[in-house]
Amino acid sequence: MEYNGGAVVAMVGKNCVAIACDKRLGVQAMTISTEFKKIFQATPKTYLGLPGLATDVQTLAEKFRFKINMYKLKEEREIEPRTLAHLVSSTLYERRFGPWFTEPVVAGLDKNNNPFICNTDTIGCINFAKDFVVSGTSTNQLYGMCESLWEPDLEPEDLFETISQALMNAVDRDCLAGWGAEVVVITPDKIITRTLKSRMD
Amino acid sequence: MTSRLPSQAKGGFNFDNHVRNAAMEGKGAALPKATKTGTTIVGLIYKDGVVLGADTRATAGPIVADKNCEKIHYLAPNMYCCGAGTAADTEMTTSLISSQLELHRLATGRQARIVTAMTLLKQMLFKYQGHIGAALILGGVDISGPQLYTIYPHGSTDKLPYVTMGSGSLNAMSVFESRWTPNMDRESAIELVKDAIEAGIFNDLGSGSNVDVVVLTKDKVDVLRNYARPNERGVKEASYVFRRGTTQVLKTSIRDMVDIKETVESIATSTAMEVDAV
Repeated sequence: MEYNGGAVVAMVGKNCVAIACDKRLGVQAMTISTEFKKIFQATPKTYLGLPGLATDVQTLAEKFRFKINMYKLKEEREIEPRTLAHLVSSTLYERRFGPWFTEPVVAGLDKNNNPFICNTDTIGCINFAKDFVVSGTSTNQLYGMCESLWEPDLEPEDLFETISQALMNAVDRDCLAGWGAEVVVITPDKIITRTLKSRMD
Repeated sequence: MTSRLPSQAKGGFNFDNHVRNAAMEGKGAALPKATKTGTTIVGLIYKDGVVLGADTRATAGPIVADKNCEKIHYLAPNMYCCGAGTAADTEMTTSLISSQLELHRLATGRQARIVTAMTLLKQMLFKYQGHIGAALILGGVDISGPQLYTIYPHGSTDKLPYVTMGSGSLNAMSVFESRWTPNMDRESAIELVKDAIEAGIFNDLGSGSNVDVVVLTKDKVDVLRNYARPNERGVKEASYVFRRGTTQVLKTSIRDMVDIKETVESIATSTAMEVDAV
């Protein structure tokens, strides 16, 4: 977790969800890249955030892409976010005694456009939350930011401001995360992806 | 075709990453910690059945990971199981045994007994020599009446009329030891369980938030989720919503969703197109 750094946060709003991540890839204190992808689109309305050890992030992103595609071929429908959460959970628990070093976050809208977010620990214990989930090296800072900034029923535009400010102010107190940020707001009729201007130190 | 696909559902644990992870740890990399449920879970037998209770805090080290998690797991229609210890282990172990019990019920055509569940759980935990960190309280009612067991991570079990487990077990047991009596009525049994869990919530740092209760009797199960909520969060006096446009944005891309509707239209068949006419 601390080797490459990185943070992911997801929040629920009114008929919408948002997921955000920083863009740093480091090798301990040395920054290697500021364009490192940590959140991945699972289905049109579901995103998967994978902060943690970069090698595992990319391995798992491919593994889940495969599993999600297999699910789509077998079932002839998109995977629901709740189902995806259980898929993630059992994939991680299979490695109970030699885990992947990542704490995935699932955020999306289900088939009735109800918001869904959750995260798991490294061995697949799911945490269903009604408000927000945080993950990565800035977990402590993000908990503090989200606990004070988040409120129920935020409109997509307000949710964007809240999640962006929560993430940016959290990673500014984390040496291992930051260097740019990306925010995705998922609403029933559109997906808004924004790249934020942030401190680059 | 299948041979070229990465193998999917094999079953069992995969140890491929173990050597790599041990090497990383050897080089001084800090390994992430799993979510634990520093917990208070209790169970007692009363006049007509069993009452199970649990707090709802999940922790990762000193951080509260989940303020309202569920620690009383469903096993079978007549059985529930409280879990303490490594959260993923209690979750996965109970759901695995739950599916085995359902298959057993279907195969035998009988309601599963509590001892059966207890034996399945202890044999699994013993097999893994304590590495699966699940400490459980198993309660239920079957043909031989109400039963209550505790199961430790190494696979040992106890059969007792009132039990507590988890980091708050001492707090809860002090309440039980002073107030438990045989043949309690339903109302006072639930109240005693609530007070035992609250002893853990308020006096054990690993336990907190709300009280979950499950009451199992011969022909009825009551799941009382958040039976008591002694730690309601205060209402925020001010709103901290930022003015729109506070965050500086470098790039925006908007993908609009398109609704694709598939409909079947019946095509009017004209009489001029008769096929079987010569």
